[in-house]
Amino acid sequence: MATLVDGPDALTGGKDTPAPEAVVVRFAGDSGDGMQLTGGQFTLSTALAGNDLATFPDFPAEIRAPQGTLFGVSAFQINFGSTEIDTAGDQPDVLVAMNPAALKTNVGALKAGGLIIADTGEFNKRNLEKAKYEVNPLEDGSLEKWQLLAFDISALTLEAVKPFGLGNKEALRCKNMWTLGLALWMFDRDRQPLVDWLNAKFAKNPVLAEANIAALNAGHAYGETAELSGPLKQYHIAPVESEPGLYRTVTGAEAISLGLVAGAQLADLHMFFGGYPITPASAILHNLARLKEYGVTTFQAEDEIAAIASAIGASYAGQLGVTSSSGPGIALKGEAMGLAIMTELPLVIVNSQRGGPSTGLPTKTEQSDLYQAVYGRNGDAPMPVIAARSASDCFEVAIEACRIAVEYMTPVMLLTDGYIANAAEPWKVPDPESFKPFPVTFLEAKNGPNGELLPFARDEKGARPWIKPGTPGLMHRIGGIEKNPGTGNIDYSPASHQIMTDARKAKVEGVANSIPLQEVNHGETSGKLVVVGWGSTYGPIYQAVRRARRKGLDVSHVHVRHIWPMPSNLGDLLRGYDKVLVPEMNTGQFKTVLRDQFLIDAQPLNKTSGQPFTIAEIEAAIEAALA
Amino acid sequence: MNEMTKIAVQTTLKDWETDQEVRWCPGCGDYAILKAVQRTLPEIGADPSNTVFVSGIGCSSRFPYYVESYGFHTIHGRAPAFATGIKLANPDLDVWLVTGDGDGMSIGGNHTMHILRRNVNVQILLFNNEIYGLTKGQFSPTSREGTNSPTSPLGSVDRPALPCAFALGSGARFIARAYDVSKNLPGVLKAAHAHKGAAFVEIFQNCIVYNKDRFDDFVAKGVADQNQLWLTDGEPMLFGSEKSGGVKGIALDMETLTLKVVDVVDGDWQAAGVIVHNVKNRALAHMLVEMPFGPFPMALGVIYDDARPSYEEVLLGQDEQARKGKDANLAKLLGKGQTWTVSGTAADPV
Repeated sequence: MATLVDGPDALTGGKDTPAPEAVVVRFAGDSGDGMQLTGGQFTLSTALAGNDLATFPDFPAEIRAPQGTLFGVSAFQINFGSTEIDTAGDQPDVLVAMNPAALKTNVGALKAGGLIIADTGEFNKRNLEKAKYEVNPLEDGSLEKWQLLAFDISALTLEAVKPFGLGNKEALRCKNMWTLGLALWMFDRDRQPLVDWLNAKFAKNPVLAEANIAALNAGHAYGETAELSGPLKQYHIAPVESEPGLYRTVTGAEAISLGLVAGAQLADLHMFFGGYPITPASAILHNLARLKEYGVTTFQAEDEIAAIASAIGASYAGQLGVTSSSGPGIALKGEAMGLAIMTELPLVIVNSQRGGPSTGLPTKTEQSDLYQAVYGRNGDAPMPVIAARSASDCFEVAIEACRIAVEYMTPVMLLTDGYIANAAEPWKVPDPESFKPFPVTFLEAKNGPNGELLPFARDEKGARPWIKPGTPGLMHRIGGIEKNPGTGNIDYSPASHQIMTDARKAKVEGVANSIPLQEVNHGETSGKLVVVGWGSTYGPIYQAVRRARRKGLDVSHVHVRHIWPMPSNLGDLLRGYDKVLVPEMNTGQFKTVLRDQFLIDAQPLNKTSGQPFTIAEIEAAIEAALA
Repeated sequence: MNEMTKIAVQTTLKDWETDQEVRWCPGCGDYAILKAVQRTLPEIGADPSNTVFVSGIGCSSRFPYYVESYGFHTIHGRAPAFATGIKLANPDLDVWLVTGDGDGMSIGGNHTMHILRRNVNVQILLFNNEIYGLTKGQFSPTSREGTNSPTSPLGSVDRPALPCAFALGSGARFIARAYDVSKNLPGVLKAAHAHKGAAFVEIFQNCIVYNKDRFDDFVAKGVADQNQLWLTDGEPMLFGSEKSGGVKGIALDMETLTLKVVDVVDGDWQAAGVIVHNVKNRALAHMLVEMPFGPFPMALGVIYDDARPSYEEVLLGQDEQARKGKDANLAKLLGKGQTWTVSGTAADPV
């Protein structure tokens, strides 16, 4: 549950208020204030303290928007607790606002009675004007419904780093470390990992390291000494009970990269990754570019089309071709996907979805590429599609995408989104030995009954043999033109096109035989209402269903990983409920697919604001559906 | 394949023919190019098992179906990107890329530029017929101004692109030019194959249906002699003959720093100031690829050839360096960074 203490005083009650089970903190500041870094380091210390957590980095598309502006605000939200955490939290309990713009754009989300920590040093006339405040909100009583702790963080930071002789601008850059120090004190966190990290980060500039550490310590000391009767208090969030094992934090982009490396190793293949920079998918290319020693080649292509084309070329030559992009780039890759489908070569296409259409919302999340993934190509072009539900789930899903691609000789699309790509969560480091290998065998000799070569003969799964150029004597030609079902030679005949269209369709449908049956993630296998989700809505749906069930409502949660083909029991399972509700960050795409595949009355719950669902939004829809 | 391990394979022209019916129009220049390639491959000791023909879309891009080797007929304009992936995955493969003026200069111009600047070790054969064939006769990026076509009934107004100039501008290290029925084409192909890195060969090709005899002003019998300048490294740039109205040469006009045509009297080309071709002279290559036909002959043969390390050699070499002494243990990779262990409910930083 996100925030167990649902009342207004999770953090702000009297001294005797018991420690909350979970807290939501949002750091917000100017793009240049280092809020993502602050949030990331706070996340790490939270993880090290043994709390479960989920994060939501929310930053503008501009690299560094004009300072102090409303559109230049960058925020990082973290939900952490002593209980299972699945979302970044509906409403923050604490808002750290580094300037007026950050306050203005974020305070609306703050829980009533929540705590605002504001840097008065930035609430000057110029910044107030930029944030379109006529009066200083810290002074006009407009923040009455919240607890306010306003003091001059800028001045305190300057004071703390004075001995190091930094310029004013450089000195002020340490503000985020001062704030982090205060936050670490508030939740009784160990500073040492941060000190180690700063020393490593600024190894080449020890003065900067020392200054930042001094700022961190000063923020921490401020909390210690200024512990007033007011809102500033220390809280102890107990560690969550988790399975024993080795843990680390992981973002979706990291987990996908690691999963692809693992998948290639399980397939006993070298991985070729062709990519072109695009937000929010670039992180995967960045990660893999540093993993050469794990059997990875990365290629930064000239465009999205060349990225996928090079990956298909590498697959043709016997490596595991992978490409990755986001909506607009995926659109450009469409024709090449058709070629991979037509030539039946393995390929993994990762789509980190963002708000669309066109350029849309480059840094905000959405699930609106589902139609594009399932249907978005010319001709009858079936392709398996699978979706990751959380940052850590990305690892397994990436391995699964690799498995399907090589076992079925097909491109596979892996759907993730901007939210999962950037969000971090604790991850129990898996044992690579626990995954079943799926080593590839290449055709080495002619395979026809009469000693001829049949590049498009099919195995029991409907897959054709993978033949590496360079193999002696197996010369053959493949291409995008319709081909003879056995030899693969150009063959436009009516019979051939019918046979091949049917074979491609049957092969992809057959993937359903290799995937687990759909399970109910929470609740019963039949009943009044089922909430069906896919992808990153897992957290809020799971928590909303849990809350509703606690209230005695008959509702269950089914979360679908395999979008195409779907698990073979899914239709029957969903028919076991009176009502089907499908929350999606689009205008109802999976809902339409479910209706089409199963003729069921799936009802949509849609959100396209670029922000993830809150638990409350889904809970309200559950209550309305059962009213 | 590096030089040490390369084993020349004995083949004949027949070994390079597939059982597929060739579907080009009778009389198409593509037939002559196909034969020239099939004649060249045995001569360079190519191994069908190790040879890959990659193409895009268009008449020329049907080429791989007719060569008994590995072949990949891809999508329009993107063959260079597929070829790059193939070479990065297996640099030992001998990759030939077949494209046309529409495929390589129009829809795929971007990829042509990048495979050349990266210098991927492939042979790029651009069949230039100055027209769109497979889509039935529309003007192409190399069509001359005023070309009448279904999409330019009043005559095209686009200025034509110069493939060799484009290639040089993109950073190509090998540029050659020939035409479909030329007896010199196999020699040019051999030189392209011998070049380590991207080798760009523009081949003028007669489209018998939509642009018939377009290149006759320098290809036709009777004019070839005075209108073709065949370049040979270390040889003076001479063309024409006493029979065709006099031996001429290309010289440098020092005043304007441009090329000029000079008459060569009694074979004394030195006296006439005729330039000796140097395939490593990039400035000269720029002048030759820009040399306008009409006032000048058509420059043919190897225009430029100055090898640099290939892309895959450098990129994969860098990867190899990065791998040296590194442990590729996946379990270690997964547990990298700041970790903690949970035993019961307490977390201990590792």
